[in-house]
Amino acid sequence: MTPITPQLVREHGLSDTEYARIEELLGRAPNLVELGIFSVMWSEHCSYKSTRAHLRRLPTRAPWVLQGPGENAGVIDIGDGDAAIFKMESHNHPSFIEPYQGAATGVGGIMRDVFTMGARPVAMMNALRFGAPEHAKTKRLVAGVVAGIGGYGNCMGVPTVGGEVNFHSSYNGNILVNAMCVGVARADRIFMSAAKGAGNPVVYIGSKTGRDGIHGATMASAEFNEDSEEKRPTVQVGDPFTEKLLLEACLELMATDAIVAIQDMGAAGLTSSSAEMASKGGSGIELDLDRVPQREAHMTAYDMMLSESQERMLAVLKPGHEAEAERIFRKWELDFAVIGVTTDTGRLVVRHEGAVVADMPVHALSEEAPVYQRPFTRHTPAANEISIDETKPIRESLIRLMGSPDLCSRRWIWEQYDNTVMADTVQLPGGDAAVVRVHGTQKALAITTDVTPRYCKADPFEGAKQAVAEAWRNLSAVGATPLAVTDNLNFGNPEKPEIMGEIASAVDGIAEACRAFDFPVVSGNCSLYNETNGEAILPTPAIGAVGLLKNVDRMATIAFKRKGDTIILVGETKGHLGQSLYLREIEGSETGAPPPVDLAVEKRNGDFVRRLIETGQVDTAHDISDGGLLVALAEMAMGGNIGAEILVPGKTMEDFIAQYFGEDQGRYIISVQKSGVDAILARASQEGVAAVRAGTTGAYQGALPADQVLMGRALAPTLISDLRKAHEGWFPDYMLGDTMPPTN
Amino acid sequence: MRTAVIVFPASNCDRDAAVALEQLTGEKPAMVWHGESEMPDVDLIVLPGGFSYGDYLRCGAMAAQSHIMREVKARAEKGTAVLGICNGFQVLAEAGLLPGALMRNADLKFVCRPVALEVEETQSVFTRKFDKGQRVTFPVAHGDGNYFADAATLDRLEGEGRVAFRYAPGENPNGSARDIAGILSEKRNVLGLMPHPERVCDPLLGGTDGKAMFESLLEALS
Repeated sequence: MTPITPQLVREHGLSDTEYARIEELLGRAPNLVELGIFSVMWSEHCSYKSTRAHLRRLPTRAPWVLQGPGENAGVIDIGDGDAAIFKMESHNHPSFIEPYQGAATGVGGIMRDVFTMGARPVAMMNALRFGAPEHAKTKRLVAGVVAGIGGYGNCMGVPTVGGEVNFHSSYNGNILVNAMCVGVARADRIFMSAAKGAGNPVVYIGSKTGRDGIHGATMASAEFNEDSEEKRPTVQVGDPFTEKLLLEACLELMATDAIVAIQDMGAAGLTSSSAEMASKGGSGIELDLDRVPQREAHMTAYDMMLSESQERMLAVLKPGHEAEAERIFRKWELDFAVIGVTTDTGRLVVRHEGAVVADMPVHALSEEAPVYQRPFTRHTPAANEISIDETKPIRESLIRLMGSPDLCSRRWIWEQYDNTVMADTVQLPGGDAAVVRVHGTQKALAITTDVTPRYCKADPFEGAKQAVAEAWRNLSAVGATPLAVTDNLNFGNPEKPEIMGEIASAVDGIAEACRAFDFPVVSGNCSLYNETNGEAILPTPAIGAVGLLKNVDRMATIAFKRKGDTIILVGETKGHLGQSLYLREIEGSETGAPPPVDLAVEKRNGDFVRRLIETGQVDTAHDISDGGLLVALAEMAMGGNIGAEILVPGKTMEDFIAQYFGEDQGRYIISVQKSGVDAILARASQEGVAAVRAGTTGAYQGALPADQVLMGRALAPTLISDLRKAHEGWFPDYMLGDTMPPTN
Repeated sequence: MRTAVIVFPASNCDRDAAVALEQLTGEKPAMVWHGESEMPDVDLIVLPGGFSYGDYLRCGAMAAQSHIMREVKARAEKGTAVLGICNGFQVLAEAGLLPGALMRNADLKFVCRPVALEVEETQSVFTRKFDKGQRVTFPVAHGDGNYFADAATLDRLEGEGRVAFRYAPGENPNGSARDIAGILSEKRNVLGLMPHPERVCDPLLGGTDGKAMFESLLEALS
């Protein structure tokens, strides 16, 4: 037997105190298999030991929430007996080490979380953060991650309908890959993971178990250094073909009456799935590893319990249904084995080659996992001190912004994703939110992911509030009623008080905004230790959100539809330039405070715009976010290939720069036929919503081609084609000659 | 018109094809599992898009060897209409029902976007309701759509009027020889094409250009 030395304990990522607690819980020293099992179950990745105490502050309930955090994914009621099931999850560390497989298996993992609950996945999104474009690794990582997401999602036949991408030097050594999956199921056919009852067969389905990904969860719970390349073997290898078969086989099994509980084997594989299912069911589980389908010879119990081989599920069946289930999995040419049984002992007992190799109380692994009140220091929000050069011409600044890495078109990325498979994608990437019709109905789900990390760095509380507000606004801008949130909290090392302070403040910001919008958090994931050589990433609490359109015919898009429409600006413009993209891209300065979010105003303005869309008065709307008013107008002009003449107040160049590029929150642009304007403005005034005329579409009369020009006060006539050239040009130019070969 | 959609492991446009067929014919197609060796008597067989067998080995290579393909070949011999879309086209090429091969896209990347096509042949059950030279827009979504055949084969396809669809000038998304997007068999009852007509049969989804193909089939085969 391998002796358990302090060195071995540390290699398993456990502290001396944690190890002492394990001995206390077991009443003896663990053996190596048990130590391995504890190490993954008590890892930050599986136990949320640093964040759990804070996450309790998030609002998680609403009448339409069918299942909040704690299951594989969150579930909300979308009417007519239908439910939407969704979650976002990170695969940051693996994607940095091995971008194609890291991203691919991130997509596979989050899909399993959704279909293990009985849903057919209907849409994928991803929130990606890369290092500075000029950093040596960035291009290869972009190419690999995008190919990996596409390689997996495309094969699954689930459309990837949008997401977000940022570049910033803080991610040079630690990229973020957050994938979100949305599925649809019947509300009365949702499957949970509680392994209730004793004597029920525990079955293993999907791929065989290999030695890949051993200790992936532990790897994901530590910082990186120069030796990170050596961690490559901890990254799993994805097989989307098997996952597609697993999806169809699981849905076929779920149509029967055979399942008590089911859970995917994600991080920490067989260990976490069995322990979590037993814990939730208040039962015990006995596993016989000799029956586990194995890909390699001579695998030890330690290997099998810690393997993170992909495309596997663990299910508890009702007794007597084994043959029925086996027939389905054989049809789909998947492995199927009864590997254990539920018990009433409350213990996880693992046998291998005739001997008991682990025997632990289930509660010790889950409920008894450490929860830390780590010390934290609150961040002092940055003061809004900025300076700008008033001589910079607005036209040139606009073109530069449109072609900047964070604002340019992401076409290069999303054309590598199948975004129309399943024939229900009603709004493609490029708008405020993607819209996917619920198959066979007139209703649709709107989906978005948002966060502005530079805001969160300057002020984690306001920044996190803003992330929720922007997601809520994006859903409202297409006409959807925002329903619920999934959050993916990406931060640095929580053992540092300033990082823990970022986490605490961000959770408070999310909680406050979600409460104000009645927009509960129903699922989520934390990714900590995103640091390399002690340098943390920008705090990045990514918000994924889902809304419902009752009638997909009443939907707004960002493209200008008609010449001669009146442009109305909803929301107040103060000209807040602190932390704006204008400041960063044009002045080269990341300074100031982020724009504050007044949640009451935000809600009032959003409800106003949504009602205009729902009642058919508005078909063109766009939220104003990164880059401000002028960037939003440029996007609307490019979308519809119709220009505009813009009216904004101001006297000096400073005024105009602030009006055009300020990132004040709670704002939308809508474009309406002249006949409807007065009624809309009157209604705005009744409801206390700031709304003003801000121009006319396609109005330009001059030497340049009519209706192809964007112009306004202090803005020289700018051809849409010049905007488009800058906007569409950056990504393909940057990626030219990328070296990542597509891999299957 | 009675129809069947063949389902291979990891076909993923089988539902999309079924929806389009049902919309146009009013009848659900028979969904035929690849392991079957028989299928009902139908007027049209559709090989849908997807990643049959994960695209492992070569796209369509393993599906071409499946049980059901023997029956598909026999039906095609007898004159039953067979439509292969995307992965279905790759399967037809691998099965020898259509000449040539679909190679990795010239820029080595998966590509998904609407592409303008020109309808070159209207003398087929698939294209009779289009106008000759008509421009239509269908989306493509593939990593291996780069049509290749030797010059003699290409000459023959063109000479016999078997190039049904070409990518419009400047629109070729994958490097296909002579901008070929879809071809007919010698007897003109088998069509393989990379773009997806079934994804443009609903105005909400960005167009209805694909409907004419299903309407052609309905008119010809009912």
